[in-house]
Amino acid sequence: METIEEKAKDYSHILGWGIDADPKNDPTYPIKLRTDNEQTGHTWDRPEQQPVDIEVLRSIERPTVSAVFGTSTPPSGLSGQIRRFAFRFSESEYGHWLPLLLADRVNVVEGIVDDFRRGRVPNIFAEKGMQADWKYDRNGLIKKVLIGAAITTVAFTLLSRNKRTRKR
Amino acid sequence: MLAMNYRGPRRVRIDSKPYPEIKHPEDAIIRVTRSCICGSDLHLYNGNVPDTRVGMTFGHEFIGIVDQIGPEVHKIKVGDQVLVPFNIACGKCTFCQQGLYGNCHESNTQASAVGGIFGYSHTAGGYDGGQAEYVRVPYANFGPTVIPPDMDPDDAVLLTDVVPTGYQAAEMGGIQPGDTVVVFGAGPVGIMAARCAWLFGAGRVIVLDKVEYRLEFVRNYAPCEAYNFTEMDDPVVFIKKITDWMGADVCIDAVGAEAAGSALQTITGRKLLIQAGSATALHWAINSVKKGGIVSIVGVYGPTDNLVPIGNVVNKGITIRANQASVKRLLPRLIEHVQNGILNPKAMITHRVPLEDVADAYNIFANKLDNCIKPVLIPSTKS
Repeated sequence: METIEEKAKDYSHILGWGIDADPKNDPTYPIKLRTDNEQTGHTWDRPEQQPVDIEVLRSIERPTVSAVFGTSTPPSGLSGQIRRFAFRFSESEYGHWLPLLLADRVNVVEGIVDDFRRGRVPNIFAEKGMQADWKYDRNGLIKKVLIGAAITTVAFTLLSRNKRTRKR
Repeated sequence: MLAMNYRGPRRVRIDSKPYPEIKHPEDAIIRVTRSCICGSDLHLYNGNVPDTRVGMTFGHEFIGIVDQIGPEVHKIKVGDQVLVPFNIACGKCTFCQQGLYGNCHESNTQASAVGGIFGYSHTAGGYDGGQAEYVRVPYANFGPTVIPPDMDPDDAVLLTDVVPTGYQAAEMGGIQPGDTVVVFGAGPVGIMAARCAWLFGAGRVIVLDKVEYRLEFVRNYAPCEAYNFTEMDDPVVFIKKITDWMGADVCIDAVGAEAAGSALQTITGRKLLIQAGSATALHWAINSVKKGGIVSIVGVYGPTDNLVPIGNVVNKGITIRANQASVKRLLPRLIEHVQNGILNPKAMITHRVPLEDVADAYNIFANKLDNCIKPVLIPSTKS
């Protein structure tokens, strides 16, 4: 039978073949490099606590706020209220994740409203990176625009016909 | 400073944001010199990850120069060039002590499964990321690693995520010399996983994807067999057939939530979002592996439910291993591999884009335009 060393010769054109091979590659490492500390709870010296000076939503599966946390975009508006509701449920429940997804969609509308409030008209064409479409996928872009225009025209025609019928 | 700003699914722009603040004594502020767009950023970009808030800055793959340090930072100093692992880890908690830096218990208040990740929604802690001119880096005594002076910055930036994730995918496969390894997905992580499978002694490496230019790339880079699954009636049957109807020893899911290939999965996972993304690649991995084989998952899935063939996992006695890569644990070995020329990460970079053109860069990467494999964003040096 061919030994591992002989097999390696077959792969000599592959730089580094077998360099990290370890017949004792235990499927439980490094997933479970046990220290046994995990059985005894929060035993480590906790790092200093970052001041909690913004609203931080916290998983109900955690007893404490983690020692550091992100400060990117605290919850706000209607989406914030939906997020607060979501954080009443554990991470294993749809009650947690589906409201968060809903909040994300509401947040998009809030973002557009916020742009207008600040006197900025969002440039959707640029935000979607459509300059790249124009450069690398012009036919695809033209197709998308034509399909969009066709759908809008059909929808507009149907709606105005319904209105006329109702008036009669 | 300039920073990428998420405005909603498939809409991002560059905006002016305040310079980040030191919030904790172990924080550092890094001036970003390179940041990447990762395949997993596309899950955020497409609106598939819950609690991705409008106004966030993405970006978990970045390198830069230390601009400011908190009063208790002593492992790095202002002016050092550092690469920053994508995991935010304290290095002290029980899980960090086990080398599970992707599962740190002191960096993510908003979920208990995953630790903190730069620019990866509030589910991963709500940290702004590195697709910006400056970024706040917590636990600066632990995460940031000084880049060796002889290392190309383009190699260094890929050591923050793609290389360790691909390497760990192969490592978790428990590959034994001579094993047949199948990698699902020829994105940057899949490409790297295929390359690293050889380092663990694989006897045969097979990659499946649906985009021809990516298959061509992985064939040359890995080097391996690469097949287009859209040309197959059934990818699982195909793998069985070319492995003497036994199945592969190790299957790696390097795709995650946005897998193509199944209408049911696409509708329920990607469109309706009623499961944690489309689990097509995972199905194929479980069903293509031999009995007693190992499935290694590095593809990112959203929370929480999946229509996964768990019955087959039991019936086949499969070992499943999965995690975010513990970058810090793997870095010493991977830096060695890059320095010795065994791994050449920068060869995957196909696009260098000014940070200001971030929206175009996302579109190019997401829609696989211009044969894009890996885009890197370069912040302007003027401001």
